[in-house]
Amino acid sequence: MSLSRTLSKASLAAAALVAITAGAAIAQSATEIQLSYKDKKFDPAEISAPPNTPIVIKLKNLDAKAMEFESKTLKVEKVVAGSSDATINVRAQKPGRYEFFDEYNEKVARGALVVK
Amino acid sequence: MLAALIIVFREIFEAGLIVGIVLAVTRTVPHRNAWIGGGVVAGVLAACLVAVFAGALSNLFAGMGQELFNALILAIAVVMLTWHNVWMARHGSELAGELRAAGQAVVEGSKSLLALAVVVGVAVLREGSEVVLFLYGVLAGSDDSGLSVALGGFAGLLLGALVCVLTYAGLVRIPTRKLFAVTTVLIALLAAGMAAQAAAFLEKADVLTAMNNVVWDSAWLLSDSSLPGKALHTLIGYTDQPTAMQLVVYLAILAVTFVLMRLYGAPAKTVRPAPAE
Repeated sequence: MSLSRTLSKASLAAAALVAITAGAAIAQSATEIQLSYKDKKFDPAEISAPPNTPIVIKLKNLDAKAMEFESKTLKVEKVVAGSSDATINVRAQKPGRYEFFDEYNEKVARGALVVK
Repeated sequence: MLAALIIVFREIFEAGLIVGIVLAVTRTVPHRNAWIGGGVVAGVLAACLVAVFAGALSNLFAGMGQELFNALILAIAVVMLTWHNVWMARHGSELAGELRAAGQAVVEGSKSLLALAVVVGVAVLREGSEVVLFLYGVLAGSDDSGLSVALGGFAGLLLGALVCVLTYAGLVRIPTRKLFAVTTVLIALLAAGMAAQAAAFLEKADVLTAMNNVVWDSAWLLSDSSLPGKALHTLIGYTDQPTAMQLVVYLAILAVTFVLMRLYGAPAKTVRPAPAE
């Protein structure tokens, strides 16, 4: 049927597009921040970054349990398996204070990114 | 216990909405319960699998495995939803109401059911894996009482199912003929919203960097992390800080759906007269 052919063509084109942009994207310079998570606490609890540049958070989950790094204002949600590392890309931000937390322990496990 | 309830409910809410819509969409299609049930079960199993391999998945593609995986399964759902709409444009009249038992429609109907079962599976899988990880973490730990968390999780699950039932009950109040028009629009918006979410995941993975400027910020009006915001997020793809690329993708999917429905929907009616009308 011609419809399924059209669809498969469209998905092929989409895949090609993804492959092309993947190669071109990595060049942007970003602020890299190291962050670790242990006993339901972020260390450091407050991190900072300059405004208007992309930010890369390298998060080490030192607890044995999985956690979910989440920030509503930064639009980030990422599951980090127990005892493992994760890379979180954050788009360039305006100056301000952006809270983040572990969604599985929202009350206690909190931190903030200060952009200034 | 309350924390567990809230977390599980928050994750399952979206899947509940989608399952409710799909159930309403397929109301007149025979054997739909088996297909949709199968989609839910497959989604739960896949969610467990994804949870088990969460660490390995994350490490793929320079730490961006999760984002790319999410984008991929969302893209699959978008294709399935769009295909369903196009398929319904062609065969909808055969299924809408009186002629539901038409032999051909039953056979053809299962194709469309497969597409929707995949959509249900994907919806369950996406949020389900987080629930599995959360509950596993709690049960594996010693600091919380496992039973109360299990109870909270179960209550959250029931609330999610309630969302599904309410969505379904709300939609089936619409008369069958109008229901088709309503669900076509609903599914097109659902697909466009999922496509925009997929674009957002690709942006987070730094795969998609073109037009990643935020066009507006309506968080002051309606935050997409509030419950109404979340419902709109699932239903029509609302986000309080869309990027230009997300908007383009959103509109493109709507346009593609419209064009495909026109292209492939019309001939069936002219080539052979639609039996239902």
